Amino acid sequence: MEANLSGTGRLPAAFLTPGSSSFLDFLDSHAPQLLPGRRQLPEGLTIEAPHGTTIVSAVFDGGVVLAGDRRATMGNVIAQRDMEKVFPADEYSAVGIAGTAGLAIEMVRLFQLELEHYEKIEGTVLSFEGKANRLTTMIRSNLAMAMQGLAVVPVFAGYDLDLGRGRIFTYDVTGGRSEERAGFAATGSGSVFARGAMKKLYHEGMTGEQAATLTVQALYDAADDDSATGGPDLARKIFPIVTLITEDGFRRLSEEEVTEIAVSITDQRREHPNGPQAPLL
Amino acid sequence: MSTPFYVSPQQAMADRAEYARKGIARGRSVVVLTYADGIVFVAENTSRALHKVSEIYDKIAFAAVGRYNEFENLRIGGVRYADLRGYSYDRADVTARGLANVYAQTLGTIFSSVGEKPYEVELIVAEVGRTDADDQIYRLTPDGSVVDEKNAVVVGGNADSIGNYLGQRHRAGLSLTEALKLAVDGLARDPNGGTPRTLTPEQLEVAVLDRQRVQQRKFKRILGGQLSRLLSGDESAATEEDEGTTTE
Repeated sequence: MEANLSGTGRLPAAFLTPGSSSFLDFLDSHAPQLLPGRRQLPEGLTIEAPHGTTIVSAVFDGGVVLAGDRRATMGNVIAQRDMEKVFPADEYSAVGIAGTAGLAIEMVRLFQLELEHYEKIEGTVLSFEGKANRLTTMIRSNLAMAMQGLAVVPVFAGYDLDLGRGRIFTYDVTGGRSEERAGFAATGSGSVFARGAMKKLYHEGMTGEQAATLTVQALYDAADDDSATGGPDLARKIFPIVTLITEDGFRRLSEEEVTEIAVSITDQRREHPNGPQAPLL
Repeated sequence: MSTPFYVSPQQAMADRAEYARKGIARGRSVVVLTYADGIVFVAENTSRALHKVSEIYDKIAFAAVGRYNEFENLRIGGVRYADLRGYSYDRADVTARGLANVYAQTLGTIFSSVGEKPYEVELIVAEVGRTDADDQIYRLTPDGSVVDEKNAVVVGGNADSIGNYLGQRHRAGLSLTEALKLAVDGLARDPNGGTPRTLTPEQLEVAVLDRQRVQQRKFKRILGGQLSRLLSGDESAATEEDEGTTTE
Protein backbone atom coordinates (compact mmCIF):
# COMPACT_ATOMS: atom_id res chain seq x y z
CA MET A 1 0.00 0.00 0.00
CA GLU A 2 2.89 2.30 0.67
CA ALA A 3 3.96 2.19 -2.93
CA ASN A 4 5.20 5.55 -4.21
CA LEU A 5 5.96 8.07 -1.53
CA SER A 6 7.84 10.36 -3.86
CA GLY A 7 5.15 12.86 -4.74
CA THR A 8 3.65 11.36 -7.83
CA GLY A 9 1.36 8.40 -7.44
CA ARG A 10 -0.95 7.62 -4.59
CA LEU A 11 -1.21 9.99 -1.64
CA PRO A 12 0.86 8.53 1.20
CA ALA A 13 -1.06 7.30 4.21
CA ALA A 14 -0.06 10.33 6.30
CA PHE A 15 -2.10 12.57 3.98
CA LEU A 16 -5.27 10.59 4.50
CA THR A 17 -4.96 10.06 8.23
CA PRO A 18 -7.66 12.02 10.02
CA GLY A 19 -6.69 13.99 13.07
CA SER A 20 -4.71 17.16 13.29
CA SER A 21 -5.77 20.39 11.62
CA SER A 22 -2.30 21.78 12.09
CA PHE A 23 0.07 22.02 9.17
CA LEU A 24 3.02 22.06 11.59
CA ASP A 25 1.95 18.76 13.13
CA PHE A 26 1.53 17.30 9.67
CA LEU A 27 5.01 18.46 8.63
CA ASP A 28 6.43 17.15 11.87
CA SER A 29 5.12 13.65 11.21
CA HIS A 30 5.45 13.52 7.45
CA ALA A 31 8.36 15.74 6.41
CA PRO A 32 10.26 16.87 9.53
CA GLN A 33 13.26 17.94 7.47
CA LEU A 34 11.19 20.89 6.19
CA LEU A 35 10.66 22.33 9.68
CA PRO A 36 13.13 25.13 10.34
CA GLY A 37 13.50 24.31 14.05
CA ARG A 38 14.68 20.78 13.31
CA ARG A 39 17.97 21.79 11.78
CA GLN A 40 21.04 20.97 13.85
CA LEU A 41 23.89 23.43 14.05
CA PRO A 42 27.39 22.54 15.21
CA GLU A 43 27.97 23.24 18.90
CA GLY A 44 29.67 26.37 20.12
CA LEU A 45 29.49 28.19 16.84
CA THR A 46 27.76 31.45 16.20
CA ILE A 47 26.78 32.29 12.68
CA GLU A 48 26.69 35.74 11.26
CA ALA A 49 23.52 36.39 9.32
CA PRO A 50 21.47 39.49 8.49
CA HIS A 51 19.30 40.70 11.35
CA GLY A 52 16.15 42.72 11.12
CA THR A 53 15.69 45.37 13.71
CA THR A 54 12.81 47.44 15.00
CA ILE A 55 9.08 46.71 15.01
CA VAL A 56 6.51 48.96 16.71
CA SER A 57 2.81 48.56 17.26
CA ALA A 58 0.02 50.64 18.78
CA VAL A 59 -3.68 50.10 19.44
CA PHE A 60 -6.10 52.80 18.32
CA ASP A 61 -9.85 53.23 18.40
CA GLY A 62 -11.13 50.43 16.18
CA GLY A 63 -7.93 48.63 15.37
CA VAL A 64 -4.19 48.34 15.62
CA VAL A 65 -1.13 49.60 13.73
CA LEU A 66 1.94 47.48 13.13
CA ALA A 67 4.99 49.10 11.56
CA GLY A 68 8.62 48.30 10.96
CA ASP A 69 11.76 49.95 9.66
CA ARG A 70 13.48 48.62 6.54
CA ARG A 71 17.05 47.93 7.58
CA ALA A 72 18.78 44.58 7.97
CA THR A 73 22.28 44.56 9.44
CA MET A 74 25.07 42.04 9.67
CA GLY A 75 27.55 43.17 12.29
CA ASN A 76 28.47 46.71 11.31
CA VAL A 77 27.37 46.25 7.70
CA ILE A 78 23.97 47.23 6.35
CA ALA A 79 22.90 44.01 4.68
CA GLN A 80 19.70 45.32 3.14
CA ARG A 81 18.06 48.72 2.96
CA ASP A 82 14.57 47.80 1.87
CA MET A 83 13.79 44.67 3.80
CA GLU A 84 10.16 43.95 4.63
CA LYS A 85 9.51 42.79 8.17
CA VAL A 86 5.78 43.24 8.57
CA PHE A 87 3.50 40.66 6.98
CA PRO A 88 -0.18 39.83 7.06
CA ALA A 89 -0.71 36.58 8.99
CA ASP A 90 -4.30 36.27 7.81
CA GLU A 91 -7.10 38.69 7.02
CA TYR A 92 -7.32 40.08 10.58
CA SER A 93 -3.83 39.82 11.95
CA ALA A 94 -0.26 40.66 11.10
CA VAL A 95 3.15 39.72 12.34
CA GLY A 96 6.28 41.86 12.49
CA ILE A 97 9.64 40.29 13.12
CA ALA A 98 12.95 41.29 14.59
CA GLY A 99 15.89 38.91 14.61
CA THR A 100 17.59 36.67 12.09
CA ALA A 101 16.05 37.63 8.78
CA GLY A 102 16.24 34.31 6.97
CA LEU A 103 14.69 32.30 9.78
CA ALA A 104 12.14 34.98 10.53
CA ILE A 105 10.81 35.08 6.98
CA GLU A 106 10.56 31.32 6.89
CA MET A 107 8.74 31.37 10.21
CA VAL A 108 6.25 33.89 8.88
CA ARG A 109 5.58 31.80 5.77
CA LEU A 110 4.95 28.80 7.93
CA PHE A 111 2.76 30.78 10.31
CA GLN A 112 0.63 32.16 7.48
CA LEU A 113 0.24 28.67 6.13
CA GLU A 114 -0.61 27.28 9.56
CA LEU A 115 -3.51 29.71 9.91
CA GLU A 116 -4.74 29.16 6.35
CA HIS A 117 -4.44 25.39 6.66
CA TYR A 118 -6.50 25.35 9.84
CA GLU A 119 -9.13 27.55 8.23
CA LYS A 120 -9.44 25.27 5.20
CA ILE A 121 -9.53 22.01 7.13
CA GLU A 122 -11.88 23.16 9.88
CA GLY A 123 -13.99 25.57 7.87
CA THR A 124 -13.62 28.20 10.57
CA VAL A 125 -10.88 30.60 11.70
CA LEU A 126 -8.78 30.17 14.84
CA SER A 127 -9.51 32.38 17.81
CA PHE A 128 -7.13 35.29 18.33
CA GLU A 129 -5.55 33.60 21.36
CA GLY A 130 -5.28 30.41 19.34
CA LYS A 131 -3.28 32.18 16.65
CA ALA A 132 -1.02 33.76 19.26
CA ASN A 133 -0.41 30.34 20.81
CA ARG A 134 0.55 28.78 17.49
CA LEU A 135 3.22 31.43 17.14
CA THR A 136 4.51 30.57 20.63
CA THR A 137 4.99 26.96 19.57
CA MET A 138 6.94 28.02 16.52
CA ILE A 139 9.27 30.33 18.42
CA ARG A 140 9.89 27.70 21.07
CA SER A 141 10.95 25.19 18.44
CA ASN A 142 13.60 27.69 17.37
CA LEU A 143 15.14 27.95 20.86
CA ALA A 144 18.22 25.86 20.06
CA MET A 145 19.10 28.19 17.20
CA ALA A 146 18.28 31.26 19.27
CA MET A 147 20.98 30.16 21.72
CA GLN A 148 23.48 30.25 18.88
CA GLY A 149 22.64 33.78 17.98
CA LEU A 150 19.84 33.11 15.52
CA ALA A 151 16.88 34.39 17.50
CA VAL A 152 13.53 35.43 16.06
CA VAL A 153 11.38 37.75 18.14
CA PRO A 154 8.04 38.73 16.63
CA VAL A 155 5.20 41.05 17.52
CA PHE A 156 1.76 39.72 16.73
CA ALA A 157 -1.01 42.27 16.30
CA GLY A 158 -4.51 42.06 15.01
CA TYR A 159 -8.16 42.82 15.33
CA ASP A 160 -10.00 40.43 17.63
CA LEU A 161 -13.41 39.96 16.04
CA ASP A 162 -14.88 38.44 19.20
CA LEU A 163 -13.80 41.29 21.47
CA GLY A 164 -14.13 43.97 18.80
CA ARG A 165 -10.80 45.68 19.39
CA GLY A 166 -7.15 45.67 18.39
CA ARG A 167 -4.71 43.54 20.39
CA ILE A 168 -0.94 43.20 20.56
CA PHE A 169 1.15 40.25 21.73
CA THR A 170 4.90 40.34 22.20
CA TYR A 171 7.20 37.35 22.57
CA ASP A 172 10.59 36.52 23.98
CA VAL A 173 13.07 34.01 22.51
CA THR A 174 11.66 31.14 24.57
CA GLY A 175 8.22 31.69 23.09
CA GLY A 176 6.85 33.34 26.22
CA ARG A 177 4.07 35.65 25.14
CA SER A 178 2.47 38.57 26.87
CA GLU A 179 -0.36 40.79 25.84
CA GLU A 180 0.55 44.48 25.79
CA ARG A 181 -2.26 46.11 27.70
CA ALA A 182 -0.62 49.54 27.73
CA GLY A 183 -1.70 49.90 24.12
CA PHE A 184 1.72 49.98 22.46
CA ALA A 185 4.74 47.71 22.08
CA ALA A 186 8.10 47.47 20.37
CA THR A 187 10.67 44.78 19.70
CA GLY A 188 14.16 44.62 18.23
CA SER A 189 17.38 46.52 18.81
CA GLY A 190 15.80 49.98 18.59
CA SER A 191 12.81 49.03 20.72
CA VAL A 192 14.08 50.77 23.86
CA PHE A 193 14.13 54.14 22.11
CA ALA A 194 10.90 53.50 20.24
CA ARG A 195 9.13 52.54 23.43
CA GLY A 196 10.40 55.67 25.12
CA ALA A 197 9.03 57.81 22.34
CA MET A 198 5.65 56.10 22.33
CA LYS A 199 5.36 56.37 26.10
CA LYS A 200 5.37 60.14 25.78
CA LEU A 201 3.23 60.39 22.67
CA TYR A 202 0.67 57.62 23.01
CA HIS A 203 -2.76 58.21 24.44
CA GLU A 204 -5.96 56.22 24.39
CA GLY A 205 -8.61 56.91 21.79
CA MET A 206 -6.26 57.79 18.93
CA THR A 207 -7.47 57.58 15.34
CA GLY A 208 -5.85 55.21 12.87
CA GLU A 209 -4.07 58.09 11.19
CA GLN A 210 -2.67 59.39 14.48
CA ALA A 211 -1.51 55.92 15.47
CA ALA A 212 0.25 55.52 12.10
CA THR A 213 2.03 58.83 12.65
CA LEU A 214 2.93 57.75 16.18
CA THR A 215 4.62 54.57 14.96
CA VAL A 216 6.62 56.44 12.32
CA GLN A 217 7.70 58.97 14.97
CA ALA A 218 8.79 56.11 17.22
CA LEU A 219 10.74 54.51 14.38
CA TYR A 220 12.41 57.86 13.67
CA ASP A 221 13.52 58.06 17.30
CA ALA A 222 14.72 54.46 17.22
CA ALA A 223 16.78 55.16 14.10
CA ASP A 224 18.10 58.34 15.72
CA ASP A 225 19.72 56.43 18.58
CA ASP A 226 20.17 52.89 17.28
CA SER A 227 22.59 52.33 14.41
CA ALA A 228 20.87 49.11 13.35
CA THR A 229 17.51 50.77 12.74
CA GLY A 230 16.95 52.57 9.46
CA GLY A 231 15.27 55.96 9.40
CA PRO A 232 13.28 57.39 6.49
CA ASP A 233 15.59 57.37 3.46
CA LEU A 234 14.53 60.44 1.48
CA ALA A 235 17.16 60.00 -1.20
CA ARG A 236 16.20 56.44 -2.06
CA LYS A 237 12.55 56.92 -1.13
CA ILE A 238 12.60 54.02 1.31
CA PHE A 239 10.08 54.52 4.10
CA PRO A 240 8.82 52.30 6.91
CA ILE A 241 6.13 49.73 6.28
CA VAL A 242 2.96 50.70 8.10
CA THR A 243 -0.03 48.38 8.28
CA LEU A 244 -3.48 48.90 9.77
CA ILE A 245 -5.75 46.11 10.93
CA THR A 246 -9.37 47.00 11.59
CA GLU A 247 -12.77 45.39 11.40
CA ASP A 248 -12.41 45.60 7.62
CA GLY A 249 -9.27 43.52 7.67
CA PHE A 250 -5.59 44.02 6.98
CA ARG A 251 -4.43 47.03 4.98
CA ARG A 252 -0.90 48.12 4.20
CA LEU A 253 -0.61 51.88 3.77
CA SER A 254 0.28 52.79 0.21
CA GLU A 255 3.68 54.23 -0.62
CA GLU A 256 2.15 57.70 -1.05
CA GLU A 257 0.47 57.61 2.34
CA VAL A 258 3.63 56.56 4.17
CA THR A 259 5.73 59.05 2.21
CA GLU A 260 3.41 61.83 3.29
CA ILE A 261 3.67 60.89 6.96
CA ALA A 262 7.45 60.37 6.83
CA VAL A 263 8.11 63.61 4.93
CA SER A 264 6.00 65.71 7.30
CA ILE A 265 7.83 64.18 10.28
CA THR A 266 11.23 64.82 8.68
CA ASP A 267 10.22 68.43 7.93
CA GLN A 268 9.12 68.98 11.50
CA ARG A 269 12.38 67.48 12.79
CA ARG A 270 14.36 70.06 10.84
CA GLU A 271 12.95 72.60 13.30
CA HIS A 272 12.93 70.30 16.34
CA PRO A 273 15.45 67.49 15.92
CA ASN A 274 14.15 65.70 19.02
CA GLY A 275 10.60 65.64 17.78
CA PRO A 276 7.39 66.69 19.54
CA GLN A 277 7.78 67.75 23.16
CA ALA A 278 5.59 66.39 25.93
CA PRO A 279 4.66 68.80 28.75
CA LEU A 280 6.74 68.57 31.93
CA LEU A 281 3.83 68.32 34.30
CA MET B 1 -8.51 -26.53 2.45
CA SER B 2 -11.42 -25.36 0.34
CA THR B 3 -10.86 -24.12 -3.18
CA PRO B 4 -11.86 -20.46 -3.59
CA PHE B 5 -14.43 -19.68 -6.27
CA TYR B 6 -12.90 -18.43 -9.47
CA VAL B 7 -14.03 -14.92 -10.38
CA SER B 8 -12.75 -13.53 -13.65
CA PRO B 9 -10.91 -10.19 -13.40
CA GLN B 10 -13.49 -8.61 -15.70
CA GLN B 11 -16.28 -9.71 -13.41
CA ALA B 12 -14.44 -8.56 -10.28
CA MET B 13 -13.87 -5.09 -11.71
CA ALA B 14 -17.42 -4.82 -13.04
CA ASP B 15 -18.75 -5.74 -9.59
CA ARG B 16 -16.62 -3.12 -7.92
CA ALA B 17 -17.63 -0.45 -10.42
CA GLU B 18 -21.27 -1.34 -9.92
CA TYR B 19 -20.87 -1.18 -6.15
CA ALA B 20 -19.31 2.29 -6.31
CA ARG B 21 -21.84 3.54 -8.86
CA LYS B 22 -24.76 2.53 -6.69
CA GLY B 23 -23.31 4.29 -3.68
CA ILE B 24 -22.89 7.51 -5.66
CA ALA B 25 -26.31 7.34 -7.31
CA ARG B 26 -28.03 7.46 -3.93
CA GLY B 27 -26.86 11.02 -3.23
CA ARG B 28 -27.96 14.42 -4.52
CA SER B 29 -26.01 15.97 -7.35
CA VAL B 30 -23.41 18.72 -7.53
CA VAL B 31 -23.24 21.04 -10.53
CA VAL B 32 -20.13 22.90 -11.63
CA LEU B 33 -20.43 25.57 -14.31
CA THR B 34 -18.12 28.14 -15.82
CA TYR B 35 -19.39 31.71 -15.96
CA ALA B 36 -17.89 34.99 -17.13
CA ASP B 37 -15.80 35.63 -13.99
CA GLY B 38 -14.91 32.11 -13.02
CA ILE B 39 -16.45 28.85 -11.91
CA VAL B 40 -19.57 28.38 -9.81
CA PHE B 41 -20.32 25.29 -7.68
CA VAL B 42 -23.90 24.48 -6.74
CA ALA B 43 -24.80 21.53 -4.52
CA GLU B 44 -28.04 20.43 -3.03
CA ASN B 45 -27.12 20.26 0.63
CA THR B 46 -29.16 21.26 3.65
CA SER B 47 -26.25 20.94 6.08
CA ARG B 48 -24.27 24.06 6.93
CA ALA B 49 -21.56 22.07 8.68
CA LEU B 50 -20.81 19.24 6.27
CA HIS B 51 -19.69 20.76 3.01
CA LYS B 52 -19.76 19.19 -0.41
CA VAL B 53 -17.82 22.07 -1.94
CA SER B 54 -14.59 23.33 -0.39
CA GLU B 55 -11.48 25.35 -0.94
CA ILE B 56 -8.22 23.53 -1.63
CA TYR B 57 -5.82 26.32 -2.57
CA ASP B 58 -5.62 29.81 -4.04
CA LYS B 59 -7.34 29.02 -7.33
CA ILE B 60 -8.43 25.44 -6.74
CA ALA B 61 -11.65 24.09 -5.30
CA PHE B 62 -13.09 20.66 -4.74
CA ALA B 63 -16.60 19.27 -5.01
CA ALA B 64 -17.70 15.76 -4.22
CA VAL B 65 -20.65 13.42 -3.96
CA GLY B 66 -20.97 10.02 -2.36
CA ARG B 67 -19.88 8.80 1.01
CA TYR B 68 -19.03 11.72 3.27
CA ASN B 69 -16.21 10.20 5.31
CA GLU B 70 -14.43 9.05 2.17
CA PHE B 71 -14.51 12.32 0.25
CA GLU B 72 -13.77 14.31 3.40
CA ASN B 73 -10.65 12.19 3.78
CA LEU B 74 -9.66 12.93 0.21
CA ARG B 75 -10.36 16.63 0.68
CA ILE B 76 -8.06 16.83 3.72
CA GLY B 77 -5.43 14.87 1.82
CA GLY B 78 -5.75 17.36 -1.03
CA VAL B 79 -5.39 20.39 1.25
CA ARG B 80 -2.28 18.85 2.82
CA TYR B 81 -0.86 17.99 -0.59
CA ALA B 82 -1.46 21.52 -1.90
CA ASP B 83 -0.14 23.30 1.19
CA LEU B 84 2.96 21.13 1.36
CA ARG B 85 3.66 21.65 -2.32
CA GLY B 86 3.10 25.38 -2.08
CA TYR B 87 5.40 25.57 0.94
CA SER B 88 8.21 23.53 -0.63
CA TYR B 89 8.04 25.24 -4.03
CA ASP B 90 5.84 28.25 -4.59
CA ARG B 91 2.15 29.06 -4.49
CA ALA B 92 2.11 29.23 -8.28
CA ASP B 93 3.29 25.62 -8.53
CA VAL B 94 0.12 24.14 -7.10
CA THR B 95 -2.13 23.16 -9.97
CA ALA B 96 -5.45 21.40 -10.39
CA ARG B 97 -3.84 19.07 -12.90
CA GLY B 98 -1.29 17.88 -10.34
CA LEU B 99 -3.96 17.44 -7.71
CA ALA B 100 -6.29 15.58 -10.09
CA ASN B 101 -3.41 13.26 -10.91
CA VAL B 102 -2.74 12.46 -7.28
CA TYR B 103 -6.43 11.83 -6.65
CA ALA B 104 -6.61 9.60 -9.72
CA GLN B 105 -3.67 7.52 -8.52
CA THR B 106 -5.13 7.26 -5.04
CA LEU B 107 -8.60 6.28 -6.21
CA GLY B 108 -7.22 3.91 -8.85
CA THR B 109 -4.98 2.07 -6.41
CA ILE B 110 -7.78 1.67 -3.89
CA PHE B 111 -10.18 0.53 -6.63
CA SER B 112 -7.98 -2.28 -7.87
CA SER B 113 -6.61 -3.36 -4.52
CA VAL B 114 -8.23 -6.59 -3.35
CA GLY B 115 -7.88 -5.76 0.33
CA GLU B 116 -9.83 -2.49 0.16
CA LYS B 117 -13.36 -1.61 -0.79
CA PRO B 118 -13.62 0.92 -3.61
CA TYR B 119 -14.43 4.49 -2.60
CA GLU B 120 -18.03 5.44 -3.32
CA VAL B 121 -17.20 8.97 -4.38
CA GLU B 122 -17.07 11.10 -7.48
CA LEU B 123 -14.97 14.24 -7.35
CA ILE B 124 -14.54 17.47 -9.25
CA VAL B 125 -11.33 19.44 -9.04
CA ALA B 126 -11.50 22.86 -10.67
CA GLU B 127 -9.03 25.68 -11.13
CA VAL B 128 -9.88 29.20 -12.19
CA GLY B 129 -7.46 30.75 -14.67
CA ARG B 130 -6.59 34.30 -15.59
CA THR B 131 -9.04 34.18 -18.50
CA ASP B 132 -11.95 31.83 -19.15
CA ALA B 133 -9.85 29.90 -21.64
CA ASP B 134 -7.50 28.92 -18.77
CA ASP B 135 -10.23 27.49 -16.53
CA GLN B 136 -9.82 23.80 -15.86
CA ILE B 137 -12.34 21.28 -14.58
CA TYR B 138 -11.50 17.64 -13.91
CA ARG B 139 -13.97 14.95 -12.99
CA LEU B 140 -12.71 11.86 -11.17
CA THR B 141 -14.57 8.59 -10.93
CA PRO B 142 -14.08 5.91 -8.25
CA ASP B 143 -11.92 3.74 -10.54
CA GLY B 144 -9.38 6.53 -10.90
CA SER B 145 -10.23 7.83 -14.37
CA VAL B 146 -9.86 11.54 -14.97
CA VAL B 147 -12.11 13.33 -17.40
CA ASP B 148 -11.12 16.77 -18.58
CA GLU B 149 -14.43 18.64 -18.66
CA LYS B 150 -15.49 21.90 -20.26
CA ASN B 151 -18.21 24.41 -19.39
CA ALA B 152 -20.63 22.35 -17.32
CA VAL B 153 -20.30 19.12 -15.38
CA VAL B 154 -22.55 17.22 -13.00
CA VAL B 155 -21.78 14.42 -10.57
CA GLY B 156 -24.11 12.41 -8.36
CA GLY B 157 -27.60 10.95 -8.59
CA ASN B 158 -29.14 12.19 -11.83
CA ALA B 159 -25.89 13.26 -13.40
CA ASP B 160 -26.83 12.18 -16.92
CA SER B 161 -30.19 13.88 -17.22
CA ILE B 162 -29.02 17.10 -15.52
CA GLY B 163 -25.83 17.01 -17.59
CA ASN B 164 -27.84 16.88 -20.83
CA TYR B 165 -30.05 19.71 -19.70
CA LEU B 166 -27.08 21.93 -18.82
CA GLY B 167 -25.10 20.93 -21.89
CA GLN B 168 -27.84 22.19 -24.17
CA ARG B 169 -28.29 25.51 -22.39
CA HIS B 170 -24.84 26.52 -21.19
CA ARG B 171 -22.97 29.13 -23.20
CA ALA B 172 -19.75 31.04 -22.65
CA GLY B 173 -19.91 34.33 -20.78
CA LEU B 174 -22.94 33.69 -18.58
CA SER B 175 -23.33 36.14 -15.71
CA LEU B 176 -23.29 34.72 -12.18
CA THR B 177 -27.05 35.02 -11.78
CA GLU B 178 -27.66 33.32 -15.13
CA ALA B 179 -25.25 30.50 -14.33
CA LEU B 180 -26.78 30.07 -10.89
CA LYS B 181 -30.30 29.98 -12.29
CA LEU B 182 -29.29 27.40 -14.89
CA ALA B 183 -27.63 25.22 -12.24
CA VAL B 184 -30.61 25.39 -9.90
CA ASP B 185 -33.05 24.63 -12.75
CA GLY B 186 -30.93 21.61 -13.61
CA LEU B 187 -30.86 20.33 -10.02
CA ALA B 188 -34.60 20.86 -9.59
CA ARG B 189 -35.58 18.78 -12.64
CA ASP B 190 -37.41 15.55 -12.14
CA PRO B 191 -35.53 12.79 -14.03
CA ASN B 192 -38.85 11.13 -14.86
CA GLY B 193 -40.18 14.24 -16.55
CA GLY B 194 -42.53 15.36 -13.78
CA THR B 195 -42.87 18.91 -12.48
CA PRO B 196 -39.58 20.36 -11.26
CA ARG B 197 -39.12 20.80 -7.52
CA THR B 198 -38.58 24.22 -5.96
CA LEU B 199 -35.19 24.66 -4.31
CA THR B 200 -34.88 27.34 -1.64
CA PRO B 201 -31.57 29.02 -0.72
CA GLU B 202 -31.53 26.96 2.50
CA GLN B 203 -31.30 23.77 0.48
CA LEU B 204 -28.34 24.93 -1.58
CA GLU B 205 -24.64 25.16 -1.00
CA VAL B 206 -23.07 27.64 -3.40
CA ALA B 207 -19.47 28.74 -3.83
CA VAL B 208 -17.45 30.43 -6.54
CA LEU B 209 -13.89 30.63 -7.72
CA ASP B 210 -13.94 34.26 -8.77
CA ARG B 211 -10.99 35.48 -10.82
CA GLN B 212 -12.00 39.12 -10.18
CA ARG B 213 -11.40 38.76 -6.46
CA VAL B 214 -8.44 40.90 -5.40
CA GLN B 215 -7.36 38.46 -2.70
CA GLN B 216 -4.90 35.72 -3.48
CA ARG B 217 -7.47 33.14 -2.48
CA LYS B 218 -10.19 33.15 -5.12
CA PHE B 219 -12.59 30.81 -3.38
CA LYS B 220 -15.66 32.30 -1.79
CA ARG B 221 -18.86 30.87 -0.37
CA ILE B 222 -22.10 32.59 -1.27
CA LEU B 223 -24.34 32.56 1.76
CA GLY B 224 -27.65 33.72 3.16
CA GLY B 225 -28.88 37.06 1.94
CA GLN B 226 -26.53 37.35 -0.98
CA LEU B 227 -27.57 33.93 -2.27
CA SER B 228 -31.28 34.80 -2.03
CA ARG B 229 -30.73 38.03 -3.93
CA LEU B 230 -28.69 36.29 -6.63
CA LEU B 231 -31.31 33.58 -7.01
CA SER B 232 -34.02 36.19 -7.43
CA GLY B 233 -32.02 37.63 -10.31
CA ASP B 234 -30.43 40.68 -8.68
CA GLU B 235 -27.26 41.17 -10.75
CA SER B 236 -25.82 43.77 -8.40
CA ALA B 237 -25.54 41.16 -5.64
CA ALA B 238 -22.73 39.46 -7.54
CA THR B 239 -20.19 42.13 -6.62
CA GLU B 240 -21.17 42.42 -2.96
CA GLU B 241 -18.33 42.10 -0.54
CA ASP B 242 -18.12 38.90 1.45
CA GLU B 243 -21.00 38.87 3.75
CA GLY B 244 -20.63 37.02 6.99
CA THR B 245 -17.53 35.13 5.93
CA THR B 246 -15.80 36.23 9.09
CA THR B 247 -18.52 35.36 11.54
CA GLU B 248 -19.67 32.02 10.18
